[in-house]
Amino acid sequence: MLTKRIIPCLDIKDGRTVKGINFEQIRDAGDPIELGAFYAEQGADELVFLDITATIEKRKTLSELVNKIAHKINIPFTVGGGIKSEEDVSVLLQNGADKIAINTAAFLDPTTISRFAKNFGSQCVVLAIDAKCEADNKWYVYLNGGRTKTDKLVTDWAKEAVDLGVGEILLTSMNHDGTKQGFALDITAQLAETLPVPIIASGGGGNEQHFLDVFTKGKADAALAASIFHYKELAIPDLKQFLNKQGIAIRL
Amino acid sequence: MNTVIIQYNAGNIQSVLYALERLGVQALVTDDVELIQKADKVIFPGVGEASTAMHYLKERGLDKVIQHLKQPVLGICLGMQLMCTYSEENDTTCLGVFEEQVKLFKPSDASIKVPQIGWNNIGQLKTDLFKGVAENSFTYFVHGYYAALGAHTIATTQYIQPYSSALHKDNFYGVQFHPEKSAKVGEQIIQNFLNIS
Repeated sequence: MLTKRIIPCLDIKDGRTVKGINFEQIRDAGDPIELGAFYAEQGADELVFLDITATIEKRKTLSELVNKIAHKINIPFTVGGGIKSEEDVSVLLQNGADKIAINTAAFLDPTTISRFAKNFGSQCVVLAIDAKCEADNKWYVYLNGGRTKTDKLVTDWAKEAVDLGVGEILLTSMNHDGTKQGFALDITAQLAETLPVPIIASGGGGNEQHFLDVFTKGKADAALAASIFHYKELAIPDLKQFLNKQGIAIRL
Repeated sequence: MNTVIIQYNAGNIQSVLYALERLGVQALVTDDVELIQKADKVIFPGVGEASTAMHYLKERGLDKVIQHLKQPVLGICLGMQLMCTYSEENDTTCLGVFEEQVKLFKPSDASIKVPQIGWNNIGQLKTDLFKGVAENSFTYFVHGYYAALGAHTIATTQYIQPYSSALHKDNFYGVQFHPEKSAKVGEQIIQNFLNIS
């Protein structure tokens, strides 16, 4: 039976893992290669590496890091951050990344999605959406790491992107990110129930129950978290045992 | 031992190369017919679309070579599908090693996603390819098309319906999942393939 996936996310800056609390405060949480290998050993189903300072000068650093990760890690991993061109994608895939995540560049030029899907296959194109629920109780798409608001509704953008060929959607709730109060269940379920691609829920996972809720009530195919894993507040083997006992299909 | 990975426009060649490196094997990536024919072991990887991949193999004359190889050959994902007779993906005639047909997953309800992405069980395991691998072990899959069950099925997986997650005929092996991305279980399967004589 196809299982739900647990995905630790490693934010990378200058070759080191960091995690922004509400996208602002940043703390060092270790070496990405060692940390990634540790998670793979612990039973993580996939890894996501997001380069949060992906400037042009740092591009080479990132591809070298991806290459080292690919040598070391025996589970699939996604790389994101500042990816704009076919060449960006090609370099990352050639260095061993399994998938790439795109966000702002895809929004600014949606043909990015169809071009990447055609050239590299939908299976390796993940659309990351930073979503925020506003006072009108609607979910809006944010760009540039959550700094720029758009007028686009998350549901509309997600549907459009799937039609253009994205293979998976990584949905981060900015309202929940860093709070450890649980995932955004409503918008996650709304996407998961209406779209034909897997939804990876992100933002707010603080304890075992939150993960159970996002798989049952949120209908997510995968759940992503960072700080609770990095700071050892929740161990992946314990989380997976718990989910398994609760009847969730999980890889032990 | 001389292990060759067939070079073509497949997406996962690096991952396969690195997985072999982790097992201490330095493989050669090549599309040279003679080097492929002389190798002790041949790995035929694959991520992508069937008709484009077949076209690429034809351009290099590999469409007349792979199915006649005598040494152990392991097709991975699209590589396995291309070793079947026919794929529904863009109505593609394939290499014809395995008689099993490759079909598109048809979801029984809207909650089932295609392609299948993630970890699923492999069961009813047969042959030395799965030596030491427990029944219902988890491996990593990414695919929208599947090989039906048939005479050459050596592993079965359930997604919408049971299908062939591995095939075997003579010196040819194929796996639908990605052993290079399937943690320790995947490493065991690659090692088993390397041990086949």
